[in-house]
Amino acid sequence: MSLTREAHPAHRSHEIPEATRLRLFQLQVEIRYCEKRAYDLFLQNLVKGTSHLALGQEAVAAGFAAAMNPDDYSFCTYRGHHHTLARGASMLSVLGELMGRQCGLMKGKGGSMHLTSVAHGVMGSYAIVGAHLPIAAGAAWSAQYRGTKQVACAFFGDGATNIGAFHEALNLAAVWKLPVIFCCENNLYMEYTPISAVTAVKNPAADRAASYGLERQVIDGNDADIVYSAARDALTKARSGGGPSLIECLTYRHSGHSRADPAKYRPKEELEEWLKRDPVTLYRARLLATGIAEAKLAQIESEVMAKLDRATEAAKASPTPSLESAMTDVWADGGHAWRN
Amino acid sequence: MAQLSYRDAVAAAIAQEMRRDERVVLFGEDTAAAGGVFKTTVGLFEEFGPRRVKDTPISELAILGAAMGAAMTGLRPVAEIMFSDFLACCWDYVANEIAKTRYMSDGQISLPLVIRTANGAGSRFGAQHSQSVENWAMSVPGLKVVAPSSPADAKGLLAAAIRDPDPVVFFEHKSLLANKAEVPEGEHVEPLGKAKVLREGGDITVIALAAMVPRALKAAETLAADHGISATVIDVRSLVPLDAKTLLAESARTGRVFTVEENPRLCGWGAEIASVIQEEIFDALKGPIVRITTPHVPLPAADQLEDAVVPSVARIVAEVRRTLDSRRAA
Repeated sequence: MSLTREAHPAHRSHEIPEATRLRLFQLQVEIRYCEKRAYDLFLQNLVKGTSHLALGQEAVAAGFAAAMNPDDYSFCTYRGHHHTLARGASMLSVLGELMGRQCGLMKGKGGSMHLTSVAHGVMGSYAIVGAHLPIAAGAAWSAQYRGTKQVACAFFGDGATNIGAFHEALNLAAVWKLPVIFCCENNLYMEYTPISAVTAVKNPAADRAASYGLERQVIDGNDADIVYSAARDALTKARSGGGPSLIECLTYRHSGHSRADPAKYRPKEELEEWLKRDPVTLYRARLLATGIAEAKLAQIESEVMAKLDRATEAAKASPTPSLESAMTDVWADGGHAWRN
Repeated sequence: MAQLSYRDAVAAAIAQEMRRDERVVLFGEDTAAAGGVFKTTVGLFEEFGPRRVKDTPISELAILGAAMGAAMTGLRPVAEIMFSDFLACCWDYVANEIAKTRYMSDGQISLPLVIRTANGAGSRFGAQHSQSVENWAMSVPGLKVVAPSSPADAKGLLAAAIRDPDPVVFFEHKSLLANKAEVPEGEHVEPLGKAKVLREGGDITVIALAAMVPRALKAAETLAADHGISATVIDVRSLVPLDAKTLLAESARTGRVFTVEENPRLCGWGAEIASVIQEEIFDALKGPIVRITTPHVPLPAADQLEDAVVPSVARIVAEVRRTLDSRRAA
């Protein structure tokens, strides 16, 4: 699938303040570097289990996070490092969780697929495909009920559009006019299989929008300015009582589905085309073209790298969690007792 | 004390909690305007209005997902899954999401919510609308599991479940809904995790739950009147947290223990309780712990067949007598 001409809105970079554009760049760089570092740590056997990298999908996370209010809610998938970082969780706490250390966001009790940072509005990363869409709707209902003007954003892959929870959540959100945004990161593959091979419509999310009375939106998910603008519009609509939005962001993951997947099923030409549309490279070039100094961008990059190096060393030095912690926090009283 | 039916006691508990706590909301299929297909929520829509009492589409995933999202952001939702059999439709939320999120988030997320659901046989609805699935919920770490047998407990335990900071699966038994009994007026809350000794006897200890409790009590009367066997009857009330102390003490007192379970045989709740008892008070036992359960079959629809498989008063009496006779003969 090539980027469609129907993708909209056209980027409105000139309307976005420079400070915001620099933030969009910094967030993307931070995600890119941190995800690469996660992969390196994996090869060093310091990250166990699995991980699902969002390399190539940085613009979606950056665009939304920059547009959201600090008290808005994010609901992510097992491919959720990028959103967790973009909302403000530290690289140390994310890498620490991946490495199963005491400094991790959940002190090793959740792992890569369940990153949660309530302090940053990240209300969990959900590893059962589609499960978090109804949960986001519930959080949106709660915000509506409490009158807080908060918005819930659920991020999910193209594969989630074929599971029942997607449809139940969209219907409920539309019926109850909930302040929730459903953001599909269409990276063209559901795990190892092209989404087009298993989906009845061309655009797996947007082509279902009409079923729930929602506007059809397909945007270039590799353009942080476009994502930011679309997110901002949908957030404004949700906050003002206009109900839910469904946004399909066209993007591409640079690596395989998970660390076990070399992604050999992808045509070489397709990969090359999308690597040319690398969101971080494109955004850097745009900032330069709009008059931002090379030195400024280089400074951001080197500062992020220095911070990442410090975070990596601190995570490596962090102790592993106490074994007693495996028995805590089943219940609100902090314990695990099922009997007296 | 007022006479209330079990179904009215359910509504009374929800009303009591909604009046005292603005965060409590109620929703499910036909729950609001219709008052529930089992009429357990009659009057709540009228009293609390469409903002707090809502009808949902037939979307079990959305119902429990929404309950979870609302609970983690400050509400205290009471979500209804019409038949407990339908928990299978949304088991991901019950077992993977709601049960595990506090733990996985290292305590960052709290889920004070109640899943109310109509459980059990007696209505001749067949294999997909009659099951007793309390043992499904009991098997998942992170869920509290409650099943009242009386109107007073329906009110008191449901009120406690709504106030509880953890997720509670609350099983309302369909065949008990019409039962009327005294229910304390005014605020009534029964703590979770306490079994109730309903009858004291010296020969045997019968441990029962929900609709099996009145049957066990009737069986105890017959055993006393016709066979000279004096039975203690305990209502477990809450499978998680489990009042093991009371069960162990009452089992040790007679040394002869029977469980009466509506769930099918394998991995029924009585198996776990029997395991606890034999591990901890083996020397006090005078014979094997006997489980009286629905056999390991799906539930049939025809009334004669359903009655034949679910433990009945006659079967409890017969099993107790057979067990005691065979021990005497040996």
